[in-house]
Amino acid sequence: MKIFVKFNFNVICNKVLEDKLNELDVKFRILGFGEVEILQKLTDEKEQNLHILFKDYGIDVVENEKIILVQKVKDAIREIVFNSDEALNIKTSVYLAEKLGHSYGYLSNLFSEITYTSIENFIILQKIEYAKQLILTTNLSLTEIAFNLNYSSVAHLSTQFKNTTGITPSTFQRIISKRKEIAQQND
Amino acid sequence: MHIVLADDDEDDRLFFTDAFDELKMDTKVSTYNDGVELMKYLNQEDALLPNVLFLDLNMPKKSGLECLKEIKNNKRMANIAIAIYSTSASEEDIEETFVLGANIYIKKPSDFKALKKVLSEVISINWQYHTNSLNKDNFLLRIQ
Repeated sequence: MKIFVKFNFNVICNKVLEDKLNELDVKFRILGFGEVEILQKLTDEKEQNLHILFKDYGIDVVENEKIILVQKVKDAIREIVFNSDEALNIKTSVYLAEKLGHSYGYLSNLFSEITYTSIENFIILQKIEYAKQLILTTNLSLTEIAFNLNYSSVAHLSTQFKNTTGITPSTFQRIISKRKEIAQQND
Repeated sequence: MHIVLADDDEDDRLFFTDAFDELKMDTKVSTYNDGVELMKYLNQEDALLPNVLFLDLNMPKKSGLECLKEIKNNKRMANIAIAIYSTSASEEDIEETFVLGANIYIKKPSDFKALKKVLSEVISINWQYHTNSLNKDNFLLRIQ
């Protein structure tokens, strides 16, 4: 006897994905064909297991080249912001283009496409994060912090801080120190 | 991204979900009518916790402030980014909620266009914190 079957590849593939992810007890959501959102943080070990389980069915986890390049842009920016000795005198756009071997226009478009923000905004966000860290962990004055972060003046830093967070540096400092007081009382 | 709103005003809830529909940002939005309903959901062991929780301050039965305190005292929920979504913009309210652990304070915008702009700003900044391993303890954002 012979029987004939016809396959619905979409259903089959999604079913395999579901079964394997459930097997590993991973919370997930299938977004579309070939795209799965993992709704929890995976340990390295679990991620490895996932790759191995998938491999048996001919499923490979693809790393997207665009995403990798964007990550490199982010890393380079963080390097500039957090190690302020480096590349201070070069324009960021020139630095990124030279370091990554792509035109700034290309990097800039790609970055916006993947991250929902621009390179310029990302740099500001990182600088303000660094300023927050310095405010909380050092005794540097705001003037010194502005100088460290290569702002032309303390007013410029304050304005950008306020524009980015909606609050002033001193309000920020006051809120975080009050939070710490409460945390200490509760301990 | 999973978004939750707790607000007792039906118009405000509609306004909110409509804005997200129009933003097309790949978000799933759920709404609750008051603090009791919200906490009942969050307290379920297998509840899918939101990436951002929008909390109205003035709600019957259980206020936004009470929810905020409960959430921040619960280890399982402590990582949720909390956006206070209120008609009040008094400096005391703002500072108090920040001190209690809120991350974002939004004064409810009066028109739809402004609301869309505010929500997309919140989601994209939260996304930056989420994807760039920034220190969430230092995440404070006030939008008026």
